[in-house]
Amino acid sequence: MSSTTNSPTHHTSTIGAIGAPSRRNTELALLVFAVVIPVFAYANVGLALDGKVPAGLLSYGLGLGLLAGVAHLVVRKFAPYADPLLLPLATLLNGLGLVAIWRLDQSKLLQAINVAGGKATNQLIYTAMGIALFIATLIFLKDHRTLQRYTYISMATALVLLLLPLIPGLGANVLGAKIWIRIGSFTIQPGEFAKIVLAIFFAGYLMVKRDALALASRRFMGLYLPRGRDLGPIVVVWAMSILILVFETDLGTSLLFFGMFVIMLYVATERTSWIVFGLLMSAVGAVGVASFESHIQTRVHAWLDPMREYKLSRMVTHDGIAHSDQLQQALWAFGSGGTLGTGWGQGHSEQIKFAANSDFILATFGEELGLAGIMAILLIYGLIAERGIRTALAARDPFGKLLAVGLSGAFALQVFVVAGGVMGLIPLTGMTMPFLAYGGSSVIANWALIGILIRISDTARRPAPTPASNPDAEMTQVVRPS
Amino acid sequence: MNKPLRRIAVFCGILVLALLIRDNYLQYVRADELRTNTNNRRVAIERYAYPRGDIIVDGNPITGSTQSKSGDFKYKRTYKNGPMWAPVTGYSSQAFDGNQLEKIDDGILTGNDDRLFFRNTLDMITGKPKQGGNVVTTLNAAAQKAAYDGLKRQGGKGAVVALEPSTGKILALASYPSYDPSSFAGYSNDDAKAWNKLQKKNNPADPMLNRALRETYPPGSTFKVVTAAAALENGLYTDANQHTKSPLPWIMPGTNVPLKNEGNIPCKNATMRVALQWSCNTVFGKIGADLGNDKMLAEAKKFGFDSEQFTPVRSSASVFSDKMNAANTALSSIGQYNTAATPLQMAMVASAVANDGKLMKPYMVDKLQSSTLDTVAQTEPQEMSQPLSSKNAQILQSMMETVVKDGTGKNAQINGVTVGGKTGTAQHGVANSANPYAWFISYAKLSDGSSPVAVAVVIEDEQANRGDISGGGLAAPIAKSVMEAVINGKK
Repeated sequence: MSSTTNSPTHHTSTIGAIGAPSRRNTELALLVFAVVIPVFAYANVGLALDGKVPAGLLSYGLGLGLLAGVAHLVVRKFAPYADPLLLPLATLLNGLGLVAIWRLDQSKLLQAINVAGGKATNQLIYTAMGIALFIATLIFLKDHRTLQRYTYISMATALVLLLLPLIPGLGANVLGAKIWIRIGSFTIQPGEFAKIVLAIFFAGYLMVKRDALALASRRFMGLYLPRGRDLGPIVVVWAMSILILVFETDLGTSLLFFGMFVIMLYVATERTSWIVFGLLMSAVGAVGVASFESHIQTRVHAWLDPMREYKLSRMVTHDGIAHSDQLQQALWAFGSGGTLGTGWGQGHSEQIKFAANSDFILATFGEELGLAGIMAILLIYGLIAERGIRTALAARDPFGKLLAVGLSGAFALQVFVVAGGVMGLIPLTGMTMPFLAYGGSSVIANWALIGILIRISDTARRPAPTPASNPDAEMTQVVRPS
Repeated sequence: MNKPLRRIAVFCGILVLALLIRDNYLQYVRADELRTNTNNRRVAIERYAYPRGDIIVDGNPITGSTQSKSGDFKYKRTYKNGPMWAPVTGYSSQAFDGNQLEKIDDGILTGNDDRLFFRNTLDMITGKPKQGGNVVTTLNAAAQKAAYDGLKRQGGKGAVVALEPSTGKILALASYPSYDPSSFAGYSNDDAKAWNKLQKKNNPADPMLNRALRETYPPGSTFKVVTAAAALENGLYTDANQHTKSPLPWIMPGTNVPLKNEGNIPCKNATMRVALQWSCNTVFGKIGADLGNDKMLAEAKKFGFDSEQFTPVRSSASVFSDKMNAANTALSSIGQYNTAATPLQMAMVASAVANDGKLMKPYMVDKLQSSTLDTVAQTEPQEMSQPLSSKNAQILQSMMETVVKDGTGKNAQINGVTVGGKTGTAQHGVANSANPYAWFISYAKLSDGSSPVAVAVVIEDEQANRGDISGGGLAAPIAKSVMEAVINGKK
């Protein structure tokens, strides 16, 4: 059992702390692939849809290449020992997402309902903004441990971000979910940013309180229950975020925050009872919410019997509940793609209509790239999450460990909830596929997430670790009965 | 903290694994079922992605394909002279599926039929776009036009069926009022409006009803041909000129109700020839009662009553009831009471008589072709039954020819051609309140003894004429023009 000590050198790491190669050239080589593959995909869509190479191929290729190149140079300069896989994997997903969004832009059906058309250009701008934030993170965040100082500011920020959509005049209700804020012509989904900020708060707070939480507890029915004063603040914050999200009918994000919370608590305390506790609470919460939210009930019905929901959505008069054929349409898209897919541009995933290029974009990949393509994409996501957890393992400070595992765990959960929802594995909750889906908030926030992970991994892999002083941390020497 | 971290890593791996398993289930195990689900719009998109093959009459297509202007369906069905041919083609609509030939031979027309597999594979290799095959019909364009124009001129509701007696080929199949399948072939709001306007609940004339095949009418006096055939076949009378034992008035057995004739006509102990010439109810009613239900039913069945015909478009079954008492059998034998027949059925009756007693199975698809005009399937004429012997058939022919020469069917006479026929007016509705149906069935015989055409015409008579004048006055001229069209085509 490890214990908190003043010196991080006592930690064992899976990566040798001394003499780790920087791997920057590996990253560059991988980035070349990450840019070239989407460029070929882009040409492929143009050839399939219009029979000619798209006019914007050069500027698209240069744009993506330039963004990736600048990001690489900044990593080379400011985080030379960072994990070499994270940037290329994120770039590849982002590039493929851009191609899919551009491909859906060509659909007249989606243009007619204003879901597509010019969205790829917007997404390229969002990508640039995301990479700018990524770069800023690396330049200005010299050491991730400085984030510890902002534990309680993060808490406040997260709550404000989550409350914003509820402010009249600022919040925008889009098809039942009140998770957007509208400023001028821009809509922002604050939840995506709250994910990161909340992870910082949890990490900062748990790092300080983890021993108290793990040890100073009463045994109750075989479970260790912590003292209220230790767990209190975090439960309050977590419960408030969940409540807010329930009022905003954003079940996916609630689930994500809850999962992140349980993961971080488990890692911090090393007590399996938290998992049991978390599962019990989520079961109670899910059943509780589902019993009074018709919005959620519809989703559960749609998950259990998508065909019935499809038929209800086709009926002119029904029970007054908005029924959606989207899930059934997505399933047909996946099925029609089969093993190898129809090929870029040759599917009909526009039948999904609303959210075809955001929440449901995976269905387009499923239809046009097939089982093979989806498996590759899921493995890329898995790889990003696992590289993040590897970073957590390598990190020498508990704050870095907790933050890295919180962010990676949230990332993995988000992928699972969205992909599982679109593929009918679990009820659909409505979140975006990181990097692939259309949407500024999502792309920008996820680039920031990757930036923080890269920063932590750089610190973790740096050859001559400088013992960092943790001025804000409350260091208590504890003797643990193990 | 590393132990729980490793566990979280495994947990994230399990999440991805679960997604991978689900995806394999979806895109491999269930792929075919999802891809071919009829509600999956891709099925329809694929279906309309290529021009459809054509339905062909006399070597010319009566259908076509055009590029859709909007939506995700590339090609749309078009029809030449749609209302005239609708009872033959049926419709094929992007929004409302299809019916009749368009539906039955859909595989050939879309090119998806297994029999076109070799051709399709060859086209795929040579890079040719997929194309549907053709359905070549047996119809005669001139006869169809005569039939449809005749009904249209008449203005009421009605139907015409013409057959080639020696083969069973359907030469004309017209129904009026009709509809233009082009008007709702697409997927737009206009198409939906046109479709709704044609539905029976919005349009009492029910233009989409195929009256030639799917509507059964009381056949009235035209059914006396069947009764006469039954009399000859069962040996009740053996000659057209033999006097029948028919009193006038004739009280129906088991009742005290006399069966009435239309007007004052010479029916007492008349020969069958005279009885058919003037359409004597008493004579044929008594024949039916004398033969009894079983023998009448057996003969009607030989003509095709009581069973659906597949041409390959399905026709309704015509009705001659079982287990009737003698009085009801008598009424049924003059085409009233429960008796009901499709126009196709009555054309089959005329055609069996004209073909010396042999009834050929009616059909309207001559052959199916691939897009390169190779024959994929060919329909051979098939004998369905022999309702009467050749000798009796000739006796019946001479009787029917008398009807046209000197009786109620004079309007069907054609110069230089022997025509046999029978008129009919069927009263229906409570106390005969509704408009009666005017019938005429006939056949033409050329000087070489061959019979190129038999035809049945029914008109829902708006003028409510009395007696058989109605059938002769309204329906016979249409039958005549159809027969002329076929005969002129032979020359």
